[in-house]
Amino acid sequence: MVFTRFVEVGRVCMINYGKDKGKLATIVDIVDGNKCLIDGCNTGVTRQIITFRRIALTDLTCEIGRGARAATIKAAWKKGEVAEAWAKSSWAKKLAAKAARGNTSDFDRFKIMVARKQKSKIVAAKVKSM
Amino acid sequence: MTRSFVATGGPKKAAKTVAAKGKSARMYPADDVAVAKASRKGTRAATKVRATITPGTVVILLSGRFRGKRAVCLKILDSGLLLVSGPYKVNGIPLKRVNQAYVIATSTKVDVSSVKVPATVNDSYFAQSKSNGTKSEEKFFDNERKAAVVSDQRKADQKSVDAALLKIVAKEPMLKQYLNAKFSLTKNDRPHNMKF
Repeated sequence: MVFTRFVEVGRVCMINYGKDKGKLATIVDIVDGNKCLIDGCNTGVTRQIITFRRIALTDLTCEIGRGARAATIKAAWKKGEVAEAWAKSSWAKKLAAKAARGNTSDFDRFKIMVARKQKSKIVAAKVKSM
Repeated sequence: MTRSFVATGGPKKAAKTVAAKGKSARMYPADDVAVAKASRKGTRAATKVRATITPGTVVILLSGRFRGKRAVCLKILDSGLLLVSGPYKVNGIPLKRVNQAYVIATSTKVDVSSVKVPATVNDSYFAQSKSNGTKSEEKFFDNERKAAVVSDQRKADQKSVDAALLKIVAKEPMLKQYLNAKFSLTKNDRPHNMKF
């Protein structure tokens, strides 16, 4: 089994727990086997030491040196187009879809129900004709 | 020598100082005068209607004959009850009073500024006529159930209000079907998490 996502300086990670849950941050330095220093200057996460249990690694990295400060990280994110790459990832899309579904109003849910029924009607008719 | 406490001023101040210092007042009125009780009239404030319910809000009725159906809230009556209409042609709900406690307010709003509700349609319009108290046994066992008669006045008012309302409902796609559909909870619905 090959590992592809490593804890390293520059690794972009998603915070899973706490008040910054759901936000992205970059690993800036590693403290020990359990904790690292992260900074989410692009996403509103304060620079802090966080345990690995509270973060999930993403596929994205950005080019920064160990202990880089906010301005450097911001520039590296921009250069590496991290925000755009994240938005394109299926992980981000799934989160967005879930959030959108949670925000549907009663009327929206009705329209979705009607659309699903219409779709399944078309599919059923096609299957029947095959 | 310790200074003794002297209460100066009238009886009100004496009572105040008693309450404050826990010592008995040195000034008592000669006769016990009865204090008039405070009037309790007018203590009830007007019913506060939820901010999410405004004229034009589509509302889900939760109890009564039309439970589960969606109706349009036309206005808030003086008693705090909501005046609601289906429209009648869409889902069979007539001009009706409904308590906000038995209603889910959805975020769907309809522009009812052009719908003129007659001024005669108010709380007294809907007030039930008091029965004459002749609840005799014969009446109880009387099997002939008299069908509820809807007065012509009600029909006329319904028609006039719905004429404008139906035009507005027709403008929004799918709104007519939505108003006729019934709301219900299915297996994975969590109403406290749902946004209405």
